[in-house]
Amino acid sequence: MLKIVGYPDRYSVAAGEKIAFKISLEEGTHFDARLVRVIHGDCNPEGPGLKFRHIKSEADGRYKGKPQRIDAGSYMSVEGFPALAAGAFTFFAMIWPTVPKRAGQTLIAQWDAKTESGFRIELTDGGQLAVTLADASGPTGELRSGRAMLERQWYAIAVSIDPAAGMVTLDQRPVQPYSRITDRAHASARLAVAPDLVEQPLLMAGCPERDGTIGRHFDGKIDGPLILSGVHSPDRQDGYRRPVIDPSLLQHIIARWDFSRDIRTTRILDVGPSQYHGRIVHLPARGMKGWNWTGEEHSWTRKPEEYGAIHFHSDDVYDAGWETSVEFSIPADLKSGAYALHVKSGESDRKATREEYIAFFVRPPRERKARTNRPEILVLASTASYIAYANHGEHITARGAERQMARLLQFGHTDLYMYDHPELGGSLYDCHADGSGVCYSSRLRPNLNFSPQYHSWLGGHGSGLYQYNADTHLYDWLDHQGVDYDLITDEDLHTDGYELLRDYRVVVTGTHPEYHSTPMWDAMKAWIDRGGRLMYMGGNGWYWRIAYHDELPGVIEVRRAEDGIRTWAAEPGEYYHSFTGEYGGLWRRIGRAPNVICGVGFIAQGFDVSSYYRRAPDANNPRAKFIFKDVPDEIIGNFGLIGGGAAGIELDCIATNLGSFPNMLRLASSEDHNSMMMLANEEFTIVPPNLGGDQNERVRADLAFGETPAGGAIFATSSIAWCGSLSHNGYDNNVSRICWNVLQRFADPEPFKAAF
Amino acid sequence: MVYKIDAEHDRQYIGEFRERPIGAHSPGLQRVLNIIRNDPSGYQIVLICRKPFAEWVLGTMPPNRLDGPIVIEDEPVFLSREEAEWEVFRRRWRKYTGEDINTPFRD
Repeated sequence: MLKIVGYPDRYSVAAGEKIAFKISLEEGTHFDARLVRVIHGDCNPEGPGLKFRHIKSEADGRYKGKPQRIDAGSYMSVEGFPALAAGAFTFFAMIWPTVPKRAGQTLIAQWDAKTESGFRIELTDGGQLAVTLADASGPTGELRSGRAMLERQWYAIAVSIDPAAGMVTLDQRPVQPYSRITDRAHASARLAVAPDLVEQPLLMAGCPERDGTIGRHFDGKIDGPLILSGVHSPDRQDGYRRPVIDPSLLQHIIARWDFSRDIRTTRILDVGPSQYHGRIVHLPARGMKGWNWTGEEHSWTRKPEEYGAIHFHSDDVYDAGWETSVEFSIPADLKSGAYALHVKSGESDRKATREEYIAFFVRPPRERKARTNRPEILVLASTASYIAYANHGEHITARGAERQMARLLQFGHTDLYMYDHPELGGSLYDCHADGSGVCYSSRLRPNLNFSPQYHSWLGGHGSGLYQYNADTHLYDWLDHQGVDYDLITDEDLHTDGYELLRDYRVVVTGTHPEYHSTPMWDAMKAWIDRGGRLMYMGGNGWYWRIAYHDELPGVIEVRRAEDGIRTWAAEPGEYYHSFTGEYGGLWRRIGRAPNVICGVGFIAQGFDVSSYYRRAPDANNPRAKFIFKDVPDEIIGNFGLIGGGAAGIELDCIATNLGSFPNMLRLASSEDHNSMMMLANEEFTIVPPNLGGDQNERVRADLAFGETPAGGAIFATSSIAWCGSLSHNGYDNNVSRICWNVLQRFADPEPFKAAF
Repeated sequence: MVYKIDAEHDRQYIGEFRERPIGAHSPGLQRVLNIIRNDPSGYQIVLICRKPFAEWVLGTMPPNRLDGPIVIEDEPVFLSREEAEWEVFRRRWRKYTGEDINTPFRD
């Protein structure tokens, strides 16, 4: 088990700037910290082994530590809301419960946790609508509807509370009634308890607990909540759901929250007269279709009135909010690159790991005028993809993963910690506890698989690395070759755009640059079109479109729309990003297939063993001569730390119909893949019987090269496993030589001749 | 109808799996593996790494992590992933056929 975890407050920092780390100790009271340059995070004895370079800095030292916890679960809060129980009131809402069987799910509450008084309207006891009233002297009263609601069905709920009379009325009415299903309920009773007038925020989908956390979360959607003064018949709700509300009804409104407004933000607008605006915490899903969605429009920007729902999850997490444990300034002369804060709370043994490398990157200066005398080469660290995969837990939650991996699922100490801590929040591959897909992922929480030394259950037999740690194979090679380079992150590219790329001649990617926002995509395309030279060192790049939030740092959104390899699928009508209003899903689905950027596109995946490339006729094209200098070999990359070969995990190939440049040279192609390397599902319309690489000729990686009209060029390895072969035989091998030849030529200012 | 493991017919794949637990398999062995790697109960055998690239033991994960911890075995300790694969294959073979495979991973 992991005994020390943490996260930085940013993934990218410039020299001279401050960075803070939030550390949690599972045992002990102190830990040691030091700054290290990350060279190689793979401890596979078949490879070069772990390599970290200690950098003396203010960070070095011993620090106090303590356990820090995450209070997961999204909710809405309205601060400064008057004590509602001062008079009779009625609560109307449309709800769509997703785990109705779980008890104690708050819909709305004004509750004082210290005195345990106030009121709660909730779902309980198998999905019944219920009200709990309590005063500080102890007694509580509760009324239940008596009938359970169904999962993922819309209900109109109405609750009236009249403290003076002690009367409570509940009503739950399904929007879609079913024969022989008795989920319509109405209950009324006089309760001998009058709720205290509590001066507490009004909360929806959560309730304050005695320990200071927010608990009793609701899983599901809430749409159009409103509070009226006085007691009103449930039938009256329909009048408030009309586009134009009868003026005689308006006078009763205390608050009417319209979740279809300000969808891109965390603000909740009260469109009633008193403007009791609220805020949402931990990012429940917005841009969700409401109870009245007709299917006529699929974008919330075009028909917001049908997207008035927010989907709350009891396990949503945006910001863990931990206290800072270590903060220091990055040394002013520190080179750009991959770094980590190495924290250690004791010696590790078979039962526990007591150290962690908390990764981050040092970028070049933010101001362009300060970026003088920089290297020609820029590495793009795939932080959007690292965040997309943050705490990827399918080995814990998804049965079938062993079949997919074609071997046992390995759990290291980090995975055991992940198993015990679902409150860390899932990746964009995971599902919430209610089965809906995780569409937001943030870096403001421990990201356990964004760390050197982490060996992933889906990283290919051998080293078992995936994403960040696999990219350290590249850092190690660059270090061994003595390459001088700068490094930026995806988030830097998203924020700074083309201006950040323009002064570099070569961009080198990591092994799996899969997730890109529109500003990232546009910046890269603009740079390529202006003569940039792209070394795409991985596979399945530029696949998913993502969005960053306008206001919140460090969080991305994906919508698993209608195509692509997906571990969950977005609901129909929910394909548009709530952060931007853009259509989400595969870049390919909006006419920007990966091939348009990097000349190749995703074709197949398989996670057990890798294969090799065989030289293709285009390798002898004079245009490719520089690539094969000192590489006479017919077979390329029949070795490596990831699955034993350079072609593995996820593969790309040239496809001109999808945008690969017509002048791309197919230098080599992989072959001899086994049946578990299967065709990607966007590549077929009718399911073919020959999905596996042992029977399907399309399952291959194409090593590719092509010039661009502006004198630039693209080199694509087309395989996630490629970088795992760089260090073989003391870095003296044909994969390493090919990369070195390409890097040297790409760094040469001499323009490439346009081939057409 | 999903294929039912037939000891008489599928015994031929035991040696193939022992020879190469991880990597390319014949279609017949792959079919056996696809079936035995699925436990409808939701329980999942996993590989617990105690020392990276050096020592592993087996564990059993409940259907839902909220149901309890992963139960970790003290023994046997495996010195390679392949050795662990063989042990799990033997257990599953017994479960599906009632037959024991007494051959060790390596002679």
